[in-house]
Amino acid sequence: MQEFKVNRIDKDDLSILKIGGFLDAHTAPNLEKAIQNLVDDGRYKIIVSFADLSYISSAGLGVFMGFIEQIRSHGGDIKMSNMTPKIYRVFDLLGFPTLYDIFDDEAEAYDKYWSTGEKEA
Amino acid sequence: MKSKSKQEYKLRIPSQTDNLELIRGFIGKVAEKVGFNEDEVGKIELACDEACTNVIKHAYADKDTDKALDIVIKIDYQKFTVIVTDHGRGFDPKSIKMPDLNEYLAELKVGGLGIYLMRTLMDKVDYNIQPGVRNQVKMVKYFINKENADLVKSEKEV
Repeated sequence: MQEFKVNRIDKDDLSILKIGGFLDAHTAPNLEKAIQNLVDDGRYKIIVSFADLSYISSAGLGVFMGFIEQIRSHGGDIKMSNMTPKIYRVFDLLGFPTLYDIFDDEAEAYDKYWSTGEKEA
Repeated sequence: MKSKSKQEYKLRIPSQTDNLELIRGFIGKVAEKVGFNEDEVGKIELACDEACTNVIKHAYADKDTDKALDIVIKIDYQKFTVIVTDHGRGFDPKSIKMPDLNEYLAELKVGGLGIYLMRTLMDKVDYNIQPGVRNQVKMVKYFINKENADLVKSEKEV
């Protein structure tokens, strides 16, 4: 069985969540907990890297929907990167690319925080 | 001759989210076997996951996790049909409407995306609801090209 994995890396005021495995109704609470921990720590500038994620259902997408408003109201964001074409298609099907910044890799997402002044020097 | 080309696969499984991976594996393997490509297999797996997730989350009371979920895959020469059956509370099918995606995105609503996905990913989605007796969701994917249909036929005729 391929479980869901989430690793958190804090860099200055940014936090990167590297997620992998299957993100479905069973594993979505794990992601929810990881994002809740960031919010509790006051870390609102988030990059989620999907490099090792092989599956996502609406339960997984719902986790991002549940937090995005609160995080943006604190001047933060959830930027996304490294999606495989399969994962991107699900996001695309639901019109999520108009809601979220999605980048090819983490470095681009990181740069975006810098270039828009979203990241504090 | 017609009945000869038909195949049926069944899975009875406890209605628990930790079985979703197993359910996707079962449905995905059968879809692969009858010739759907990787992209189509992914769509079928996702649609069925959404249907089963709805049942697991809503059909039974919270602690009824020992209740069974029945999944039947029926294949004939022109289509791949998945029927998900539970014996829980059910709901009024008239209350299910195709969600307006823009409305959902604007309001950042979470629910309803699963139903939108099922209807988008499959060719046909029907409900047969008899609360407390039997609730069924039937999803159909037609074989896109003749090749797929022929493959199913020839496998049975060999």
